[in-house]
Amino acid sequence: MAKDTPPRWDRRMQQRLARGEAAALGELYDRFAALVHSQAHRMLDDEDAADLVTREVFGYVWENPDAYDPKQGSMRSWVARLTHRRSVQRLRDAEASPYGSAAGDEDRAPGPDGLEERVRRATAAARADYIVASMPAPLRAALELAYIQRRDYRQTAADLGVTEDEARRRLRLGLQLLSTANTRPLEGSSPPGYGRSL
Amino acid sequence: MAPLSTPVLSHRVLKALLGAWALAACSAEETAAVEEHLTECAPCADEALRLRDAVGLLHTDRSLDLDPLLRSRVIEGCLSRRPARIPIPAWAAPYDAETARLDALLGDIGASEWHAPVRLRWFDGEQAVNRRTTVAGVIGHLMTVDGLVSTALGLDDPLGPGQRLHSPLERTETYWAAAYRPLTRTVREPWREQSHTLIRTVSFAGRGVAELSVPYGDFALPLQDSLLDRAFECWVHGGDIAAAVDYPYEAPSPSHLHRMIDLAVRMLPAALAERRRAGLAGPARHLVTAGSPGRSLHLEVEGLGGGDWYIALDSPAAVGSPGHTVAQVALDGVEFCRLVAGHTSPVEAAAGQEGDREAIRDVLFAAAALSRL
Repeated sequence: MAKDTPPRWDRRMQQRLARGEAAALGELYDRFAALVHSQAHRMLDDEDAADLVTREVFGYVWENPDAYDPKQGSMRSWVARLTHRRSVQRLRDAEASPYGSAAGDEDRAPGPDGLEERVRRATAAARADYIVASMPAPLRAALELAYIQRRDYRQTAADLGVTEDEARRRLRLGLQLLSTANTRPLEGSSPPGYGRSL
Repeated sequence: MAPLSTPVLSHRVLKALLGAWALAACSAEETAAVEEHLTECAPCADEALRLRDAVGLLHTDRSLDLDPLLRSRVIEGCLSRRPARIPIPAWAAPYDAETARLDALLGDIGASEWHAPVRLRWFDGEQAVNRRTTVAGVIGHLMTVDGLVSTALGLDDPLGPGQRLHSPLERTETYWAAAYRPLTRTVREPWREQSHTLIRTVSFAGRGVAELSVPYGDFALPLQDSLLDRAFECWVHGGDIAAAVDYPYEAPSPSHLHRMIDLAVRMLPAALAERRRAGLAGPARHLVTAGSPGRSLHLEVEGLGGGDWYIALDSPAAVGSPGHTVAQVALDGVEFCRLVAGHTSPVEAAAGQEGDREAIRDVLFAAAALSRL
C-alpha cells in the first residue's frame, strides 16, 4: 500500500499541482488515466472521443487544481465526476451536430428522448465501473469469479478459501452495491454516486 | 445435504442466495427454490429484480489497455495550456516516460504473471551470459540499480542504510539474496514510488544536479546520463517482461531513442579503450593529440530516432570525424540498442558493413560489452 493515505495524497497532489509541478501532473496521470479513459470509453464507445475527454479532464485539473474541494470527497471521485460531465457534454454535442462528432453511428437513438436515455444508460454503466473498481477487493474478487470465470458460488468459495455462506454473502453484497448505479437519478452535471466512500 | 428435488429452504437462506441466483451461480435445485420463493415473497422479488439488473452492468471485456503514447500527448496538452513552474528536466523525460510505460504494463498483468520466469541476458565482454529470475525479480533489479541515482541525490537507498555497494550486479544479487521468499507484485509500489521521487527530486534540483557524479563501481556517469541509462534499462527490461508474459512492447519515442543511442555512442570510445587494455581489441593505430579528429567509424543508425555518429577508434580523447572515417556500419536503431543491451550478438548485428573489418568488429564488441546485469 502507498505510504500516503488517500486524503493526504489528495491534498498533497492538489498543492503540488497548484505549485505547477510537472512531475505531479505525471503522477496524477499515472494514478487516474485508466479510470478517466475507461469511463469515457464506456460512455462514448469511441476510442478517439475517450482520448479527447482524457485530455480535457487532465487539462482542466492541471489548470484548475483549486476547483477540487477535499471536503466534497476524494480526488478520484472528483476526477470521475469531471469525466462524466465531459462525456455527457460530448454526447450532447454529437447529438446537436448534424454530422455527429466522434460518435456518428447511425444506430444511435435520435432525438432528445433517445439522447437522454443514452446519457442515462452511459451514466449507469460508467458509475457501475467506478463502483466495481472502488468496492472492497473481496467483493470484487467474488463477482469476478462468478461472472467472468462462470464459477458457481461453491467453486467461488473454494477458490477464495472462504465458507459457502461467505461466498453467497459477498456475491449479494457486491450486487447490492452495484445496483445503486442504476437507481440514482441523473441530476444536472454532477451525478451522485462518485462521492460516496464505498 | 438438502434433498435433491424440493429443498425446503427458509426465507433467510433463500434471501442470502439472491446474489448467487442473479449471477446464475447456484445449483439447479437452489435456482428452482429461489424462483418459487419469489412468487410469494415481495421483498425478495424486489431485490431479485434489482440484483439481476445490476448483473447487466457488469461486463467481461477487460478494460482496454491505454495507449502508452497518450500519456505524453495529454501532458503536452496540459503544459501548453499552463506551462509548468517546476518542469521535468529534458534529460529526465526519457526516464519519466519509460517508467510510466513499464508501470502501465505491470498494471495490466495478473498476480500469477509476476512469477513468470525471465532470463536476463547480457554480454560479459567475451560471451553472452544470462541469469534467471522472475518478473518481480526484474523489478527488484531495476529498483536496486535505480537506487544508485537515489543515493547520489541523498535519497534513501532501497537496499537500506549503510550499504556502500555500487556495482549493479552486486546490488542486485544482494537484494535478491535478502528476499527470503520469492518476490511478488508487492515490489511494484516501492519501485514506482522511488521512480516518482527521483523525477520530483531532479525537477526541483534542475540543472544543479545534472552533472552530479553517479558511481557504478568501476565507472561513473553524470547524473543526467545516468538517468538516461536507467531509462534505457527500464525499456530493455520492460521488453524482457513483456516477452515473458506475452504482451506487446514498443520502442521508446524517437527523440528518447535518439538520446539513448547517443549515450551509448558517447560511452563507446572508453569501452573500446578498456577492451584494448584487456587485450580484447586490436591496438590503436594512429594516436592524435587530445581533442583532434582521429580515425573514426561512421555509425549510421536507420529508422526513427536514428542519425549519423562518428566514433573515435584509437583514443577516447580523440574526436570522431567524417573526414577520418575508415569504416562504416549501418543498422536499425532498435537493433543497435539490442546490441548495446546484450540482447543481440555482435557477430549477428549490423546489416551493412564497409571498410576496416577490425575496426568494425572492435566497435560492435565494445557496444555489446556496454551491457550488464
